[in-house]
Amino acid sequence: MSPGRTFLLASAMCAVGFPAAGQSGQLDLPKNVLVGQAFSIPNAGNGQGVLYIVGPSEALRIDVQPGQAIVIPAGDLDNAGHFVAVLSSGSSTETGEFDILPASQPEAVSFLAKPSRLPVDLQSGITGAVYVFDASQNLITAPTPVSFQLSVPSEAVQTRTVVTKQGAAWTEMNSATKEGNAKFVAQAGDVSATRVIEQVPGDPCALKMNAKKVGEQIELETDPLRDCNGNAVTDGTIVTFTESWNGGQTTVDVPLKHGIAEAQVPAINGARISVATGVVMGNEIRWSNR
Amino acid sequence: MRRGVAILFIWLASVGAFGADLSADRGMVKVDPAMTQGSRPLAKETANAVVRDYLEAWQNLSAALEQNRADLLNQDFAGTAKQKFTETIQEQAKAGIRTRYEVRSHDIQIIFYSPEGLSIQLVDDIEYDEQLLDHEKVQATVQVHARYIAVLTPAEVRWRVRVLQAEAK
Repeated sequence: MSPGRTFLLASAMCAVGFPAAGQSGQLDLPKNVLVGQAFSIPNAGNGQGVLYIVGPSEALRIDVQPGQAIVIPAGDLDNAGHFVAVLSSGSSTETGEFDILPASQPEAVSFLAKPSRLPVDLQSGITGAVYVFDASQNLITAPTPVSFQLSVPSEAVQTRTVVTKQGAAWTEMNSATKEGNAKFVAQAGDVSATRVIEQVPGDPCALKMNAKKVGEQIELETDPLRDCNGNAVTDGTIVTFTESWNGGQTTVDVPLKHGIAEAQVPAINGARISVATGVVMGNEIRWSNR
Repeated sequence: MRRGVAILFIWLASVGAFGADLSADRGMVKVDPAMTQGSRPLAKETANAVVRDYLEAWQNLSAALEQNRADLLNQDFAGTAKQKFTETIQEQAKAGIRTRYEVRSHDIQIIFYSPEGLSIQLVDDIEYDEQLLDHEKVQATVQVHARYIAVLTPAEVRWRVRVLQAEAK
Protein backbone atom coordinates (compact mmCIF):
# COMPACT_ATOMS: atom_id res chain seq x y z
CA MET A 1 0.00 0.00 0.00
CA SER A 2 1.41 3.40 -0.86
CA PRO A 3 2.01 5.81 2.00
CA GLY A 4 -0.43 8.28 0.56
CA ARG A 5 -3.32 5.88 0.72
CA THR A 6 -4.36 6.02 4.28
CA PHE A 7 -7.38 4.05 5.20
CA LEU A 8 -9.49 5.64 7.80
CA LEU A 9 -12.77 4.39 9.00
CA ALA A 10 -15.53 6.69 9.93
CA SER A 11 -14.63 6.54 13.59
CA ALA A 12 -11.28 8.05 12.72
CA MET A 13 -12.84 10.60 10.44
CA CYS A 14 -14.90 12.45 13.02
CA ALA A 15 -12.12 15.01 13.15
CA VAL A 16 -12.70 15.99 9.52
CA GLY A 17 -16.44 16.17 9.65
CA PHE A 18 -17.86 12.84 8.51
CA PRO A 19 -19.86 10.82 11.01
CA ALA A 20 -18.65 7.55 12.51
CA ALA A 21 -19.48 3.96 11.58
CA GLY A 22 -18.59 0.66 13.30
CA GLN A 23 -15.50 -1.53 13.67
CA SER A 24 -12.82 -1.41 11.05
CA GLY A 25 -10.46 -3.61 9.07
CA GLN A 26 -8.61 -3.75 5.81
CA LEU A 27 -9.70 -5.69 2.78
CA ASP A 28 -7.15 -7.85 1.03
CA LEU A 29 -7.37 -6.40 -2.48
CA PRO A 30 -5.17 -6.56 -5.56
CA LYS A 31 -3.36 -3.23 -5.98
CA ASN A 32 -4.14 -3.07 -9.69
CA VAL A 33 -6.65 -4.85 -11.89
CA LEU A 34 -6.71 -4.68 -15.67
CA VAL A 35 -9.95 -3.25 -16.99
CA GLY A 36 -12.60 -5.87 -17.62
CA GLN A 37 -10.62 -8.59 -15.86
CA ALA A 38 -12.18 -10.91 -13.26
CA PHE A 39 -10.72 -10.90 -9.76
CA SER A 40 -11.64 -12.15 -6.32
CA ILE A 41 -11.64 -10.74 -2.84
CA PRO A 42 -11.14 -13.04 0.16
CA ASN A 43 -14.00 -12.96 2.63
CA ALA A 44 -13.40 -14.39 6.07
CA GLY A 45 -16.59 -12.96 7.50
CA ASN A 46 -19.02 -15.27 9.24
CA GLY A 47 -22.20 -13.44 8.45
CA GLN A 48 -24.00 -12.23 5.39
CA GLY A 49 -22.70 -8.97 4.14
CA VAL A 50 -22.54 -6.49 1.33
CA LEU A 51 -19.57 -5.51 -0.81
CA TYR A 52 -19.53 -2.06 -2.30
CA ILE A 53 -17.12 -0.87 -4.98
CA VAL A 54 -17.40 2.85 -5.57
CA GLY A 55 -15.59 5.57 -7.43
CA PRO A 56 -16.69 8.44 -9.64
CA SER A 57 -16.96 6.11 -12.63
CA GLU A 58 -18.37 2.92 -11.05
CA ALA A 59 -20.81 1.90 -8.34
CA LEU A 60 -21.39 -1.75 -7.45
CA ARG A 61 -23.34 -3.30 -4.57
CA ILE A 62 -23.02 -7.06 -4.19
CA ASP A 63 -24.58 -9.30 -1.54
CA VAL A 64 -21.98 -11.75 -0.20
CA GLN A 65 -22.28 -15.08 1.54
CA PRO A 66 -20.29 -15.88 4.70
CA GLY A 67 -16.83 -17.34 4.17
CA GLN A 68 -17.00 -17.35 0.38
CA ALA A 69 -14.49 -15.47 -1.72
CA ILE A 70 -16.18 -12.67 -3.61
CA VAL A 71 -15.70 -12.94 -7.35
CA ILE A 72 -15.97 -9.86 -9.51
CA PRO A 73 -16.76 -11.31 -12.95
CA ALA A 74 -14.94 -10.22 -16.09
CA GLY A 75 -16.54 -7.16 -17.62
CA ASP A 76 -18.17 -5.88 -14.44
CA LEU A 77 -15.61 -3.13 -13.96
CA ASP A 78 -14.76 -1.61 -17.31
CA ASN A 79 -13.90 1.93 -16.31
CA ALA A 80 -10.33 2.75 -15.39
CA GLY A 81 -9.75 4.69 -12.22
CA HIS A 82 -9.28 4.58 -8.49
CA PHE A 83 -11.88 2.74 -6.43
CA VAL A 84 -12.85 2.21 -2.85
CA ALA A 85 -14.13 -1.19 -1.75
CA VAL A 86 -16.17 -1.59 1.41
CA LEU A 87 -17.21 -4.95 2.85
CA SER A 88 -19.91 -4.50 5.43
CA SER A 89 -21.00 -7.43 7.53
CA GLY A 90 -23.00 -6.97 10.70
CA SER A 91 -21.17 -4.40 12.78
CA SER A 92 -17.80 -4.90 11.11
CA THR A 93 -16.57 -3.02 8.08
CA GLU A 94 -13.50 -3.64 6.00
CA THR A 95 -12.27 -1.15 3.42
CA GLY A 96 -9.62 -0.99 0.77
CA GLU A 97 -8.58 0.79 -2.38
CA PHE A 98 -7.43 -0.40 -5.77
CA ASP A 99 -6.89 0.82 -9.30
CA ILE A 100 -8.44 -0.38 -12.53
CA LEU A 101 -5.90 0.02 -15.30
CA PRO A 102 -6.83 0.80 -18.91
CA ALA A 103 -6.16 -1.84 -21.53
CA SER A 104 -2.98 -1.36 -23.52
CA GLN A 105 -4.59 -2.06 -26.90
CA PRO A 106 -5.87 1.12 -28.59
CA GLU A 107 -9.42 0.81 -29.87
CA ALA A 108 -10.23 4.46 -30.54
CA VAL A 109 -8.35 7.64 -31.31
CA SER A 110 -9.68 11.11 -30.90
CA PHE A 111 -7.95 13.09 -33.65
CA LEU A 112 -7.93 16.88 -33.77
CA ALA A 113 -6.46 18.21 -37.00
CA LYS A 114 -6.22 21.82 -38.13
CA PRO A 115 -6.68 23.71 -40.31
CA SER A 116 -9.08 22.14 -42.76
CA ARG A 117 -7.81 24.48 -45.50
CA LEU A 118 -4.45 26.18 -45.93
CA PRO A 119 -2.05 27.47 -48.60
CA VAL A 120 0.53 25.17 -50.15
CA ASP A 121 4.13 25.04 -48.99
CA LEU A 122 3.53 26.27 -45.46
CA GLN A 123 6.09 25.03 -42.93
CA SER A 124 4.49 23.43 -39.86
CA GLY A 125 1.15 24.70 -41.08
CA ILE A 126 -0.76 21.52 -40.28
CA THR A 127 -1.13 20.26 -36.73
CA GLY A 128 -2.61 17.09 -35.37
CA ALA A 129 -3.27 16.01 -31.81
CA VAL A 130 -4.45 12.60 -30.69
CA TYR A 131 -5.83 11.04 -27.54
CA VAL A 132 -5.74 7.26 -27.44
CA PHE A 133 -8.49 5.19 -25.81
CA ASP A 134 -9.15 1.52 -25.13
CA ALA A 135 -12.34 -0.38 -25.97
CA SER A 136 -14.13 1.03 -22.92
CA GLN A 137 -13.19 4.62 -23.74
CA ASN A 138 -10.52 4.73 -21.05
CA LEU A 139 -7.58 7.00 -21.82
CA ILE A 140 -4.53 4.78 -22.32
CA THR A 141 -1.93 6.53 -20.19
CA ALA A 142 0.92 4.10 -20.86
CA PRO A 143 3.27 5.35 -23.61
CA THR A 144 1.77 4.30 -26.94
CA PRO A 145 3.27 4.99 -30.38
CA VAL A 146 1.10 7.01 -32.74
CA SER A 147 1.91 7.29 -36.43
CA PHE A 148 0.92 10.47 -38.26
CA GLN A 149 0.89 10.39 -42.07
CA LEU A 150 0.16 13.22 -44.46
CA SER A 151 -0.19 12.16 -48.06
CA VAL A 152 -1.02 13.93 -51.30
CA PRO A 153 -0.98 12.45 -54.79
CA SER A 154 2.36 12.84 -56.58
CA GLU A 155 4.36 13.78 -53.48
CA ALA A 156 6.23 11.75 -50.89
CA VAL A 157 4.27 10.83 -47.79
CA GLN A 158 5.28 12.71 -44.64
CA THR A 159 5.40 10.38 -41.65
CA ARG A 160 6.06 11.04 -37.99
CA THR A 161 5.84 8.61 -35.12
CA VAL A 162 5.20 10.13 -31.73
CA VAL A 163 4.87 8.29 -28.42
CA THR A 164 1.99 9.46 -26.26
CA LYS A 165 2.53 11.16 -22.95
CA GLN A 166 -0.37 10.61 -20.55
CA GLY A 167 -2.48 9.48 -23.48
CA ALA A 168 -1.79 12.44 -25.78
CA ALA A 169 0.46 12.92 -28.80
CA TRP A 170 0.80 15.71 -31.32
CA THR A 171 2.72 16.68 -34.42
CA GLU A 172 3.21 19.39 -37.00
CA MET A 173 3.44 18.84 -40.76
CA ASN A 174 4.26 21.00 -43.77
CA SER A 175 1.65 21.52 -46.45
CA ALA A 176 2.58 20.13 -49.86
CA THR A 177 3.83 22.21 -52.76
CA LYS A 178 0.96 21.14 -55.03
CA GLU A 179 -2.62 22.09 -54.44
CA GLY A 180 -5.23 19.44 -53.71
CA ASN A 181 -6.67 17.43 -50.86
CA ALA A 182 -4.26 15.80 -48.44
CA LYS A 183 -5.14 12.77 -46.33
CA PHE A 184 -4.02 13.22 -42.74
CA VAL A 185 -4.06 9.92 -40.86
CA ALA A 186 -3.33 9.19 -37.20
CA GLN A 187 -2.88 5.55 -36.32
CA ALA A 188 -2.38 3.85 -32.96
CA GLY A 189 -2.15 0.08 -33.04
CA ASP A 190 -4.74 -1.15 -35.51
CA VAL A 191 -7.03 1.81 -35.21
CA SER A 192 -6.80 4.98 -37.25
CA ALA A 193 -8.64 8.20 -37.96
CA THR A 194 -8.43 10.25 -41.15
CA ARG A 195 -8.96 13.92 -41.82
CA VAL A 196 -8.89 15.68 -45.17
CA ILE A 197 -6.90 18.89 -45.44
CA GLU A 198 -7.54 21.10 -48.45
CA GLN A 199 -4.35 22.69 -49.73
CA VAL A 200 -4.97 25.74 -51.86
CA PRO A 201 -2.54 27.84 -53.95
CA GLY A 202 -0.58 30.50 -52.13
CA ASP A 203 -0.23 34.16 -53.06
CA PRO A 204 0.60 34.91 -56.71
CA CYS A 205 4.32 34.79 -57.33
CA ALA A 206 4.17 37.49 -60.04
CA LEU A 207 1.40 39.74 -61.34
CA LYS A 208 1.61 41.17 -64.82
CA MET A 209 -1.06 42.99 -66.80
CA ASN A 210 -1.35 44.01 -70.43
CA ALA A 211 -3.36 46.91 -71.83
CA LYS A 212 -4.93 47.70 -75.20
CA LYS A 213 -7.26 50.42 -76.38
CA VAL A 214 -10.81 49.46 -77.32
CA GLY A 215 -12.77 52.53 -78.41
CA GLU A 216 -12.61 55.12 -75.62
CA GLN A 217 -11.61 52.49 -73.07
CA ILE A 218 -8.47 50.67 -72.10
CA GLU A 219 -8.93 46.94 -71.81
CA LEU A 220 -6.72 45.48 -69.06
CA GLU A 221 -5.95 41.78 -68.71
CA THR A 222 -3.55 39.95 -66.44
CA ASP A 223 -1.39 37.02 -67.39
CA PRO A 224 -2.62 33.76 -65.78
CA LEU A 225 -1.88 34.05 -62.06
CA ARG A 226 0.22 31.32 -60.45
CA ASP A 227 1.82 30.92 -57.05
CA CYS A 228 5.54 30.34 -56.66
CA ASN A 229 5.04 26.57 -56.99
CA GLY A 230 3.21 26.88 -60.29
CA ASN A 231 -0.31 26.31 -58.91
CA ALA A 232 -3.04 28.38 -60.55
CA VAL A 233 -4.34 30.97 -58.12
CA THR A 234 -7.90 30.21 -57.07
CA ASP A 235 -10.69 31.75 -59.13
CA GLY A 236 -12.55 34.39 -57.20
CA THR A 237 -9.37 35.95 -55.83
CA ILE A 238 -9.84 39.71 -56.09
CA VAL A 239 -7.50 41.71 -58.33
CA THR A 240 -7.54 45.50 -58.09
CA PHE A 241 -6.77 47.77 -61.07
CA THR A 242 -6.14 51.43 -60.26
CA GLU A 243 -5.95 54.23 -62.82
CA SER A 244 -4.61 57.60 -61.62
CA TRP A 245 -4.31 60.82 -63.53
CA ASN A 246 -3.90 64.44 -62.70
CA GLY A 247 -6.53 65.01 -60.05
CA GLY A 248 -8.46 61.78 -60.47
CA GLN A 249 -8.47 58.07 -59.75
CA THR A 250 -10.53 55.07 -60.77
CA THR A 251 -10.39 51.72 -58.98
CA VAL A 252 -11.84 48.48 -60.30
CA ASP A 253 -11.98 45.24 -58.22
CA VAL A 254 -12.54 42.09 -60.24
CA PRO A 255 -12.47 38.42 -59.31
CA LEU A 256 -10.16 36.04 -61.11
CA LYS A 257 -11.91 33.94 -63.72
CA HIS A 258 -10.08 31.01 -65.28
CA GLY A 259 -6.92 32.38 -63.69
CA ILE A 260 -7.20 35.78 -65.42
CA ALA A 261 -8.56 39.16 -64.31
CA GLU A 262 -10.02 41.58 -66.86
CA ALA A 263 -11.30 45.16 -66.55
CA GLN A 264 -11.92 48.28 -68.56
CA VAL A 265 -10.94 51.81 -67.53
CA PRO A 266 -11.26 55.17 -69.38
CA ALA A 267 -8.47 55.86 -71.83
CA ILE A 268 -6.97 59.03 -70.33
CA ASN A 269 -3.78 60.34 -71.80
CA GLY A 270 -0.96 60.32 -69.23
CA ALA A 271 -2.79 58.09 -66.75
CA ARG A 272 -0.83 55.61 -64.64
CA ILE A 273 -2.40 52.19 -64.27
CA SER A 274 -1.35 49.75 -61.56
CA VAL A 275 -2.52 46.27 -60.51
CA ALA A 276 -2.42 44.44 -57.18
CA THR A 277 -3.89 41.44 -55.40
CA GLY A 278 -3.57 40.93 -51.67
CA VAL A 279 -0.07 41.94 -50.72
CA VAL A 280 1.31 41.39 -54.24
CA MET A 281 1.91 44.41 -56.48
CA GLY A 282 2.07 43.99 -60.25
CA ASN A 283 3.52 46.09 -63.02
CA GLU A 284 2.58 49.69 -63.76
CA ILE A 285 1.63 51.12 -67.16
CA ARG A 286 1.78 54.79 -68.17
CA TRP A 287 -0.93 55.26 -70.84
CA SER A 288 -0.42 57.41 -73.88
CA ASN A 289 -3.14 57.97 -76.46
CA ARG A 290 -0.60 58.72 -79.15
CA MET B 1 7.19 21.98 -1.44
CA ARG B 2 7.86 21.17 -5.06
CA ARG B 3 10.09 23.41 -7.11
CA GLY B 4 8.40 26.01 -9.18
CA VAL B 5 5.15 26.22 -7.35
CA ALA B 6 3.69 29.45 -8.62
CA ILE B 7 0.46 29.94 -6.86
CA LEU B 8 -0.88 28.67 -3.63
CA PHE B 9 -4.51 29.42 -3.15
CA ILE B 10 -6.48 28.71 -0.11
CA TRP B 11 -10.16 28.74 -0.57
CA LEU B 12 -10.64 32.37 0.38
CA ALA B 13 -7.94 33.45 -2.01
CA SER B 14 -9.54 31.56 -4.84
CA VAL B 15 -12.84 33.26 -4.21
CA GLY B 16 -11.08 36.53 -4.81
CA ALA B 17 -9.25 35.29 -7.87
CA PHE B 18 -12.18 33.83 -9.69
CA GLY B 19 -15.09 35.73 -8.26
CA ALA B 20 -17.26 32.66 -8.46
CA ASP B 21 -19.67 31.13 -6.01
CA LEU B 22 -17.30 28.66 -4.47
CA SER B 23 -18.09 26.42 -1.57
CA ALA B 24 -15.69 25.34 1.11
CA ASP B 25 -15.55 21.77 -0.16
CA ARG B 26 -13.21 22.92 -2.91
CA GLY B 27 -10.45 22.52 -0.32
CA MET B 28 -6.97 23.88 -0.72
CA VAL B 29 -5.95 24.47 -4.31
CA LYS B 30 -2.39 24.59 -5.55
CA VAL B 31 -1.66 25.32 -9.17
CA ASP B 32 1.78 24.48 -10.49
CA PRO B 33 3.22 26.27 -13.53
CA ALA B 34 2.10 24.69 -16.75
CA MET B 35 4.59 22.27 -18.30
CA THR B 36 2.90 21.88 -21.62
CA GLN B 37 3.96 19.78 -24.50
CA GLY B 38 2.67 21.22 -27.73
CA SER B 39 3.54 24.27 -29.79
CA ARG B 40 0.72 26.53 -28.74
CA PRO B 41 1.46 29.12 -26.09
CA LEU B 42 -0.84 28.99 -23.11
CA ALA B 43 -2.17 32.38 -22.11
CA LYS B 44 -2.53 33.04 -18.40
CA GLU B 45 -6.23 33.84 -18.87
CA THR B 46 -6.78 30.50 -20.57
CA ALA B 47 -4.97 28.62 -17.82
CA ASN B 48 -7.01 30.43 -15.15
CA ALA B 49 -10.27 29.66 -16.94
CA VAL B 50 -9.38 26.00 -17.32
CA VAL B 51 -8.48 25.63 -13.63
CA ARG B 52 -11.61 27.51 -12.55
CA ASP B 53 -13.88 25.35 -14.71
CA TYR B 54 -12.12 22.15 -13.66
CA LEU B 55 -12.60 22.97 -9.98
CA GLU B 56 -16.25 23.75 -10.56
CA ALA B 57 -16.57 20.46 -12.37
CA TRP B 58 -15.32 18.62 -9.30
CA GLN B 59 -17.78 20.47 -7.08
CA ASN B 60 -20.69 19.62 -9.31
CA LEU B 61 -19.53 16.03 -9.72
CA SER B 62 -19.45 15.71 -5.93
CA ALA B 63 -22.95 17.15 -5.67
CA ALA B 64 -24.25 14.91 -8.46
CA LEU B 65 -22.85 11.75 -6.83
CA GLU B 66 -24.12 12.77 -3.40
CA GLN B 67 -27.63 13.59 -4.60
CA ASN B 68 -27.77 11.01 -7.42
CA ARG B 69 -28.65 13.78 -9.84
CA ALA B 70 -27.16 13.37 -13.29
CA ASP B 71 -28.52 16.76 -14.37
CA LEU B 72 -25.87 18.43 -12.20
CA LEU B 73 -23.27 17.17 -14.68
CA ASN B 74 -24.66 19.08 -17.63
CA GLN B 75 -22.78 22.32 -17.13
CA ASP B 76 -19.30 20.92 -16.66
CA PHE B 77 -19.05 17.57 -18.41
CA ALA B 78 -19.27 16.32 -21.97
CA GLY B 79 -18.59 13.19 -23.95
CA THR B 80 -17.13 10.15 -22.25
CA ALA B 81 -16.82 11.70 -18.80
CA LYS B 82 -20.46 12.76 -18.74
CA GLN B 83 -21.59 9.37 -19.97
CA LYS B 84 -19.56 7.44 -17.38
CA PHE B 85 -20.57 9.59 -14.43
CA THR B 86 -24.20 9.48 -15.51
CA GLU B 87 -24.00 5.69 -15.51
CA THR B 88 -22.44 5.73 -12.03
CA ILE B 89 -25.30 7.85 -10.74
CA GLN B 90 -27.82 5.46 -12.29
CA GLU B 91 -26.03 2.48 -10.69
CA GLN B 92 -25.93 4.24 -7.31
CA ALA B 93 -29.61 5.09 -7.46
CA LYS B 94 -30.50 1.55 -8.44
CA ALA B 95 -28.47 0.14 -5.56
CA GLY B 96 -29.80 2.66 -3.04
CA ILE B 97 -26.40 4.11 -2.33
CA ARG B 98 -24.84 7.56 -2.42
CA THR B 99 -21.26 8.74 -2.22
CA ARG B 100 -19.95 11.95 -0.73
CA TYR B 101 -16.67 13.41 -1.90
CA GLU B 102 -15.17 16.03 0.37
CA VAL B 103 -12.12 17.40 -1.37
CA ARG B 104 -9.27 18.31 0.94
CA SER B 105 -6.81 19.54 -1.65
CA HIS B 106 -6.02 19.82 -5.35
CA ASP B 107 -2.52 20.11 -6.78
CA ILE B 108 -3.05 20.91 -10.45
CA GLN B 109 -0.68 21.17 -13.37
CA ILE B 110 -1.56 21.73 -17.03
CA ILE B 111 0.54 19.35 -19.11
CA PHE B 112 -0.76 19.61 -22.67
CA TYR B 113 -2.39 22.29 -24.79
CA SER B 114 -3.14 20.87 -28.20
CA PRO B 115 -1.75 22.96 -31.08
CA GLU B 116 -5.15 23.82 -32.52
CA GLY B 117 -6.37 25.04 -29.13
CA LEU B 118 -9.24 22.57 -28.88
CA SER B 119 -8.13 20.58 -25.85
CA ILE B 120 -6.20 20.98 -22.64
CA GLN B 121 -4.93 18.20 -20.45
CA LEU B 122 -4.07 18.53 -16.79
CA VAL B 123 -3.07 16.32 -13.90
CA ASP B 124 -4.42 16.75 -10.40
CA ASP B 125 -2.84 15.24 -7.33
CA ILE B 126 -5.99 15.24 -5.25
CA GLU B 127 -6.91 14.27 -1.72
CA TYR B 128 -10.49 13.70 -0.73
CA ASP B 129 -12.63 11.87 1.78
CA GLU B 130 -15.01 9.44 0.15
CA GLN B 131 -18.01 8.48 2.23
CA LEU B 132 -20.37 5.68 1.29
CA LEU B 133 -24.01 5.71 2.36
CA ASP B 134 -26.42 2.83 1.84
CA HIS B 135 -30.02 3.92 2.30
CA GLU B 136 -28.77 6.91 4.29
CA LYS B 137 -26.64 4.78 6.62
CA VAL B 138 -22.95 5.63 6.58
CA GLN B 139 -21.04 2.48 5.72
CA ALA B 140 -17.51 3.84 5.65
CA THR B 141 -15.36 6.84 4.99
CA VAL B 142 -12.01 6.52 3.29
CA GLN B 143 -9.35 9.14 2.83
CA VAL B 144 -8.18 8.91 -0.76
CA HIS B 145 -5.03 10.29 -2.33
CA ALA B 146 -5.16 9.87 -6.08
CA ARG B 147 -3.78 11.37 -9.27
CA TYR B 148 -6.39 12.29 -11.84
CA ILE B 149 -5.88 13.09 -15.50
CA ALA B 150 -8.42 15.40 -17.09
CA VAL B 151 -8.98 16.47 -20.67
CA LEU B 152 -11.07 19.59 -21.18
CA THR B 153 -12.45 21.05 -24.39
CA PRO B 154 -13.90 24.50 -24.96
CA ALA B 155 -17.65 24.97 -25.16
CA GLU B 156 -19.54 28.21 -25.72
CA VAL B 157 -18.58 29.97 -22.52
CA ARG B 158 -16.52 27.50 -20.53
CA TRP B 159 -14.20 24.53 -20.62
CA ARG B 160 -15.93 21.18 -20.21
CA VAL B 161 -14.37 18.01 -18.85
CA ARG B 162 -14.35 15.19 -21.43
CA VAL B 163 -12.05 12.80 -19.65
CA LEU B 164 -11.57 12.48 -15.89
CA GLN B 165 -9.73 9.37 -14.92
CA ALA B 166 -7.60 8.42 -11.94
CA GLU B 167 -4.21 7.03 -12.78
CA ALA B 168 -2.58 4.15 -10.95
CA LYS B 169 0.32 5.24 -8.80
